[in-house]
Amino acid sequence: MFEYEALQLYWWFLVSLLGGLLVFMMFVQGGQTLLYGLGKSEEERDLIINALGRKWEIGFSTLVMFGGAIFAAFPLFYAVSFGGAYFVWMAILFCFIIQAVSYEYRKKPNNLFGERFYERLLFINGSLGIFLIGVALGTLYTGGNFEVNDMHLSHWTLPSYGLEALLNPFNLLFGVVLVLLARIQGMLYFLNNLDNQAIRWRILSRLKREFILFLPLFVLFLLMLMLQDGYGYDEAGIVRVVPLKMLQNLLAFPWLLGLLAGGVLLFLFGIYRALVAQSTQAIWWTGSATVVMVTILLLLLGINHTVLYPSLSDLQSSLTIANSSGSHYTLTVMSMVSLLVPLVLGYIVAVWRAMDRFKLTVDEVNADPHHY
Amino acid sequence: MEFSDALVDWSRAQFALTALYHWIFVPLTLGLTFIVAIMESIYVRTGDAWWKKTTQFWMGILAINFAIGLATGIIMEFEFGTNWSNYSWIVGDIFGAPLAIEGLMAFFMESTFFAVMFFGWNRVSKEMHLFSTWLVAIGSNLSALWILVANGWMQHPVGMHFNPDTARNEMENFWEVIFNPNAVSKFLHTVSSGYVLASLFVMGISAWYLLKGREVLFAKRSMIVSASFGLITSLFMLTTGDESAYNVAQTQPMKLAAMEGLYHGEERAGIIAIGLLNNDKKFGDDQEPFHFKMEIPSALSFLGYHDLNAFVPGIEDMLYGNPDKGIMSIAQKMQRGKEALKALRAYKEAQKVGDTQKATEALKRFEANQAYMGYGYLKKPQEAIPSIPLSFYSFHIMVGLGTWFLILFMAVLYWARRDQIASKRWLLWAMVGTIPLGYVAQEAGWIVAEVGRQPWAIQDLLPVGMATSNVASTSVMITFWLFAILFTGLLIAEIKIMLTQIKMGPEGGH
Repeated sequence: MFEYEALQLYWWFLVSLLGGLLVFMMFVQGGQTLLYGLGKSEEERDLIINALGRKWEIGFSTLVMFGGAIFAAFPLFYAVSFGGAYFVWMAILFCFIIQAVSYEYRKKPNNLFGERFYERLLFINGSLGIFLIGVALGTLYTGGNFEVNDMHLSHWTLPSYGLEALLNPFNLLFGVVLVLLARIQGMLYFLNNLDNQAIRWRILSRLKREFILFLPLFVLFLLMLMLQDGYGYDEAGIVRVVPLKMLQNLLAFPWLLGLLAGGVLLFLFGIYRALVAQSTQAIWWTGSATVVMVTILLLLLGINHTVLYPSLSDLQSSLTIANSSGSHYTLTVMSMVSLLVPLVLGYIVAVWRAMDRFKLTVDEVNADPHHY
Repeated sequence: MEFSDALVDWSRAQFALTALYHWIFVPLTLGLTFIVAIMESIYVRTGDAWWKKTTQFWMGILAINFAIGLATGIIMEFEFGTNWSNYSWIVGDIFGAPLAIEGLMAFFMESTFFAVMFFGWNRVSKEMHLFSTWLVAIGSNLSALWILVANGWMQHPVGMHFNPDTARNEMENFWEVIFNPNAVSKFLHTVSSGYVLASLFVMGISAWYLLKGREVLFAKRSMIVSASFGLITSLFMLTTGDESAYNVAQTQPMKLAAMEGLYHGEERAGIIAIGLLNNDKKFGDDQEPFHFKMEIPSALSFLGYHDLNAFVPGIEDMLYGNPDKGIMSIAQKMQRGKEALKALRAYKEAQKVGDTQKATEALKRFEANQAYMGYGYLKKPQEAIPSIPLSFYSFHIMVGLGTWFLILFMAVLYWARRDQIASKRWLLWAMVGTIPLGYVAQEAGWIVAEVGRQPWAIQDLLPVGMATSNVASTSVMITFWLFAILFTGLLIAEIKIMLTQIKMGPEGGH
C-alpha cells in the first residue's frame, strides 16, 4: 500500500518521537536525583517521592516501548546494538530494574535494606541510568565497534562490549547534558505539581544555577554534533565519512532547522517563564521543546542518506534505516497498529489532567492509604 | 558461526533465571487485578465502605507484587537483543511485532491507570476509579496475550516464509500469527492459571486470619470471592490445558513424548498417573524406562489426538525414524538440514560473483530442504531430545497440583456455604500450605513449556545453539550472577514486606 522507503522513514520518525517522549519523561529521574537537594525533611522528601510516584511508570513504559518499537521496526539495529554493546545496555537495564521497586518498598516496614538504600537506588537510576542512555544515544552519531556478515549476523569487535563508548567525549557530553536536562525538567515538574513554599524557593535558586551550567554544555553539544564528521551512504549503499553531515542534513531540510531553532527558543522561553515570571506552567514549554528537539536530532539519522548506526570496525557494516528494517509487510502491519498512538497519547493526557487538577500537598500524602 | 557450549549454556541459564523470577510475580498480578476489580465493583454497587477497605488492602498487596513484576519484566523485553541477537535478526521480523504491540496496547494502559487506581481515590470520581481498576486488570491480561502470542509462535511458527536474500524469516500473515492455535490455548491456559494462583493466594491468607481468629468477616468474605473465582477458573484451566496438550501433540510430538517419558510409540497410549523414571535408561537399549508406573490406559492417545486408538510416536520413533508410521529419523533430518544450509551458502556466494544460473540452482536445492534447516545446525541427533526427567516431572507435578487445587476450591465452597469453614482447622491449614504449591505449579508449567521444546528457540527452525548473541561467555556469566544476586535480594525484601503487610492486616495493625 505504502512504499517501503516511506514506511521505513515513518517508523524511524515514530522511534524518534518515542525518544523525544522518553527524554521528556526523564523529569522523573531528574527529580529523583534532587530528593535531598530539595527535600530537607522527611515530610518534604515523601512529598517529592509521591509527586514522582504518580508518573514514573509512564516513563518506564516509554523506555520499554522504545525498545519494542526498535525490535519490531528495525530488528537488525536491535540485534546489533543490544547484542553487541552488551555491557552498556545491561548497565542501563540494571539502573531501571532498581527503580520500580524503590518507590514501592522505600517506606514499607520491614523492607530489608532500609529507606536510605532505596533512595540511593533512585539516585543511581536518575543519574547513572540517564547518563548511560545519553552515552548509548551518542553512539548513534559516533559509531560502535561491530561487524555484520552476509547472513546479517553480527558481533562486537572489542572485548569491552560497548563500554569503550565512555572514552568518546561526545558520548560523555551527551550523557551529561541529558542528566542536567532531566534535573531541570524535574524541578519544573515540581513547580507544577507541588504545593509547598519551601521546596518552591529552593527550586528557584537551584534552577538558575543548574541552568547556567547546562546552557554552555548544551551549546557545545549542538556545535559538536553539527561540526563533527558524520556518515552517509550513496545509491549503491556504499558508506562514507561525510564532514558536517548533521549540519548538511539540517540545511537540506530548512524546516527541520526551523523547528529545531524553534525548540531551542521555546525551551529558553520556558526557563524564562519559570525564573522571571515564576510560572508553574513552564514544564509545558520546556517539555514540548524537549520532545521537538530530541525528535529532530534523532530524525536526522534517518533522512538524507544518513547512517543510523555507523560501524567503526567495518564501515560497510554500518546500519541505515534501509538495511536494518523489518520487511515491507511487517512495517505495513505495524503502521496500522500505530494508528493507536493518538488514542494512547490521548488517554495519558486525559488521565494526567484529571489526576493533576489540584497540587499535591503534605496533608494529602499523609492521608492517602497508599502513599509511597 | 558456531558458539561455544559455555556461551549457549550461560545464555540459557540467564534467560531461564530471569524468566522464572519474572514468572513468580506475573500470575498473581494477572489474577489479583481481577479480584480487586470484583471487590471494588461490589463496593461501588453497594456503597459499603467495608468493601472499599477490603479492596484497598488487597490493592496494597498487589502493588508490592506489581513493582517487582515490572522490575523483573523490563529485562525480558531487552534480553532478546542483548543475549539472543541472532534470534532477533532471524525471526525479529515476526517476533518483534507482538512485543511492540504489547507495549503500545498494554503497558501504557497498565501504567497510566495504575496511578489512578492507587492515588486517585480522592482525585477522580468513584466510577472513574472503578473503570481504572478494571483497565489495569484488562491491561495486564492484554500484556499476557501479546507475550504469549509471541511465545506460541516460537512453539509453532506460522504465517511467515524464509527470505534467502536477507537470510531471515519474514512475516507473511499477521492473522495467522495472532490466531495461531498454540498461542490461543497457551494464552487461555496461562492466564487462567494466574487466576487460580491469585485465588489460592487470597484464600490462603484469609485462612491464616481465621486460624489466628482475626479479621473474621474480612477473611470469610475474601475467601468466598476467591474460592468462587478459583473454582470457575480452575475448570477453565483444565479445559485449556487439554487444548494445549492437543496442540503440543500436533506440533511438538517430541515434547509430548518427553512429558510422558514415552520411549516407544504405541497405539492406545496411556498417561502415567504416578511413575519413577529409570535414570540409567539409554536410547535404543532394552531397559524399562520406569522403575514403576501407574497408567491410565489410552489417555494419552485421547489427550493428544482426541481418539482413544491413536498412535502416539515415542522418542525413539522420532530419533531413529519409523518408516511404517512415516516418521523420518533425526539423522536424516539433519542431513537434509545441512543440505539446506550448504545450498544457502552457495546461493550467497553465487550472488556475490553475479552468477545467476548457479544462484537459481542453489536456491532450488535450498527450497527442497528448507523445512529441515534448523536440524542442520545440530551436531548430533540426541541434541534434538529435551531433558526427559525435567519435562516428565514438571508436567506431572503441574497436573497433580492442578487437580488438588480444584478439589480444594470445591471443599472450601462446600464448607463456606454451610458457614463451618472457621471450625475446619485442617482445611484452613491446607489452604495456607497450598499457597507455595501454587507457585510450584506455575514454575513447573513454565518448565514443561520451555524445557520441553529444547533444543529449539523456534520449533524445528532455530536451535538455541544458533540463536545467542556472539559475546564472550564470561560476560554473560557476570550478568547472570548480577541478576541472581539482585533478584534474590529483591525477592527476599518483597516477601518480608508482604508478610509484614499481611500481619498488619486490613486495619493497618490497629
